[in-house]
Amino acid sequence: MEEPVLKIEHLNISFLQYTNGMRQSQLDVIRDLDVEVNAGEMVAVVGSSGSGKSLLAHAVLGILPYNAARGGRMTYRGSELTQERIEKLRGSEIVMVPQSLSYLDPLVKIGKQIRKGRNDQKTVEKLKNIFRRYDLKEEVEDLYPFELSGGMNRRILISTALIEEPKLVIADEPTPGLDLKVAKRAMGHFRELADLGAGVLVITHDLELALETADRVVVFYAGCTVEEAASKDFIREETLRHPYTKALWRALPQHGFQFIEGVQPYVKEMPEGCPFSPRCGMCTQECRSDIPYRSLRGGRVRCLYAT
Amino acid sequence: MMRHLNGRQRVLLGLIVSAVILLTVCIGGAFCGDAARVTDFSRKNLEPCLRYPFGTDWLGRDMLVRTLKGISLSVLLGMAAAAVSAFIALALGIAAATLGKTVDAVISFVIDLLMGIPHILLLILISVALGKGFRGVAWGVALTHWPSLARLIRAEVMQLKESPYIQIAGKLGKSRWYIAGKHMLPHLMPQFLTGLVLLFPHAILHESSVTFLGFGLSSEQPAIGIILSESMKYLVTGKWWLALFPGTALVLVVVLFYVAGENLRKLTDPGSVHK
Amino acid sequence: MEKRLGIQIRNKVIRMVLLVLTTSMLTFILMKASPIDPLQANVGQAALGSMSHEQVEKLEEYWGVGESPVKQYVSWAADFIRGDMGTSLLYRQPVADVIAVKLANSLFLMVTAWILSGILGFFLGVISGMNRGRWIDRLVKGYCLLISSTPTFWLALLLLMVFGVWLKILPVGLSVPIGVEAAGVTFFDRVYHAVLPALTLSITGVSNIALHTREKMIGIMESEYVLFARARGEKGLVLFWHHGLRNALLPAITLHFAAVSEIFGGSVLVEQVFSYPGLGQAAVSAGLGSDMPLLMAITIISALFVFGGNMIADILYGIVDPRIRKGGAA
Repeated sequence: MEEPVLKIEHLNISFLQYTNGMRQSQLDVIRDLDVEVNAGEMVAVVGSSGSGKSLLAHAVLGILPYNAARGGRMTYRGSELTQERIEKLRGSEIVMVPQSLSYLDPLVKIGKQIRKGRNDQKTVEKLKNIFRRYDLKEEVEDLYPFELSGGMNRRILISTALIEEPKLVIADEPTPGLDLKVAKRAMGHFRELADLGAGVLVITHDLELALETADRVVVFYAGCTVEEAASKDFIREETLRHPYTKALWRALPQHGFQFIEGVQPYVKEMPEGCPFSPRCGMCTQECRSDIPYRSLRGGRVRCLYAT
Repeated sequence: MMRHLNGRQRVLLGLIVSAVILLTVCIGGAFCGDAARVTDFSRKNLEPCLRYPFGTDWLGRDMLVRTLKGISLSVLLGMAAAAVSAFIALALGIAAATLGKTVDAVISFVIDLLMGIPHILLLILISVALGKGFRGVAWGVALTHWPSLARLIRAEVMQLKESPYIQIAGKLGKSRWYIAGKHMLPHLMPQFLTGLVLLFPHAILHESSVTFLGFGLSSEQPAIGIILSESMKYLVTGKWWLALFPGTALVLVVVLFYVAGENLRKLTDPGSVHK
Repeated sequence: MEKRLGIQIRNKVIRMVLLVLTTSMLTFILMKASPIDPLQANVGQAALGSMSHEQVEKLEEYWGVGESPVKQYVSWAADFIRGDMGTSLLYRQPVADVIAVKLANSLFLMVTAWILSGILGFFLGVISGMNRGRWIDRLVKGYCLLISSTPTFWLALLLLMVFGVWLKILPVGLSVPIGVEAAGVTFFDRVYHAVLPALTLSITGVSNIALHTREKMIGIMESEYVLFARARGEKGLVLFWHHGLRNALLPAITLHFAAVSEIFGGSVLVEQVFSYPGLGQAAVSAGLGSDMPLLMAITIISALFVFGGNMIADILYGIVDPRIRKGGAA
């Protein structure tokens, strides 16, 4: 079988912080994250807002803040993705699509910015083609970011990826607060990228949208990946594996909006063992120990009792 | 030893060390007031040596003692004037933020006005208006250093006023004085203290500058500005130590104040929680 | 857009006129409050006695002995606006003439220092901010701390000692060689005598702009758009050229126009040390000699420069920043 484009194993990201005035402590925002993306495939990492999943995108692109520490292993097309390798590949083979226009320089015109200042005939032509494809007028190239209208934002941001020849696209929260029609269209654009042969990793809070377009869904809860499932596994509750995923399923509108009690534990008050244990009906004493991430029925799960 | 400490502890250590040194210089200087005026022609114009590390001047006065006295004089005067300035800033900053648009506009106009005249020139004007001398420089420094701190406090109070817990306290019927004392002051205090400490270096530098120009303390007093202005006459004849050591000492003291102020700011700034 | 900018400029001009007017009042009040009698202080008892009755009367009239302060102010201000700034008691010349000569000398100094310190400070700040925490950043920060802790006049003394007395390669003072006719002064002489004062002013002017630019640069480096640019493979000089320069330059220029006041203040001290016959030295002489007309005029002229600088900064910002220029929310 062909090597996956991106393979992440046991990723963890932590920050040093001061607590009680003088003492330093370590905050593990991402504790154990596993995900794989193959060429031509669209994978969605789904987690609730504010759970630190954007850091995943920043880790793959090597742009974590200076006070963050990263552990675990990342592999890109068969060999390890070191910081040096990231710096060589990012912006050409590996691209990121940011979540909002604030990721664009407010003082540089759109066209110049998408082209990264390149003015050669080929790049200029290419951008024109992209704009045509996305129904963007040529004049938009001469606008500043603050002058863009809301509807254009998504297409502009995706253009920054298309101007390159990406083999891996990381989309960080591509549908923040968009209405359903626009959001679906935005997800559709990423689906197109995957169909063209790139590996696409979408990081989102919106399970429903992810299920419509992605091939596989990875569920992220309190710093860990708890389940990896094919999108079709979400048709029925029984084909799902982890209790949290099942809870998410029951909370979908078409399944009756049933929410479970409680909230995700805060990074500082993480329970031992399974992070979902305080809210789980099947929890036993064994759940207090380290839970392995194991393969199950073509997916993966981090639960002792999943069958 | 420094390696075992984390960032915050190092900051605290820096703060304490600079405070202790400054205190020592001030107290030490205050005690050698008379020695600074002793003239002795048997030892005039001596270059720095073991006995007189800073050398002696043309009247045979010990420059080390004079420098210490001068520094403590400048520091004490600067600190007192800066404290007055800081309280003006506190009062006007709060007034601008709470007493309505007109007061705010007037205060901001006055700030613009004071910032519009080059600071040294303003100090000269005030000094002349008050007949020069100690009174002139003290009031000059005290009356002109508040604008930037006042702006800071105004912005801080504005922000506090909008914060949810103060809004709620207001809705719960707590009196304005209760809110100001119980909720606002504790938040304002760190900012105010840091601002105060960071005013010291400015005040000290301006005091010595104005005195140097001849508008400040009288020439009988061994103020640092006087010492340096006197040294100017003897520079051309090669008496470098008259200017070098007193000036270096002044720079060191001002650096220490900056360090203390910056460290205080780091300790009170909530943004420094992260590493 | 044109109209918006027009209204903005108009409002700024009105505010500036108000500020200058108030400055003149403040100066006038301060001078009136002074317990020093300008006639006694300047002309002196003996000279006063030897002057003709007419001259004394003229001087007294000038100082408005026996008139209400408000009337005095109004007549003084009216004369001032017409260009009659009174007569300098110290130089025995019309104040306008004195200022014209001194200002020309000072401008030479200040403009040089302003430009030099601006460019140097900006680049030091940029380098420091882009290399936050590394040795070069510490070096720049240390330099700025040291410079802002150093009294300008003492730095001037130090440079004078090193270059003038010790190395003897630069003159100790004055803007032209002593004893040379005005016509014999070459441009080279001027530059030669302005080097040390200008150098002192430039060195001290760097710290503020460097620290400010450093803060801005750190903010820019941590901004989302630089994060994204880095994610797109931009780095080093290219990154700086595309995103850092523009975003850091605007606030730096604004700040530097607002820093005219500091350069002005610094020149007072520097000119005193180097006996450079500029506006600053004239201000000190006027203050020491209680030459009220000259001191007032210098204050107002310098305030004009400062407010003018601030206004240019504001307007420039409006023209250069597309967000303000095109009327969007900044």
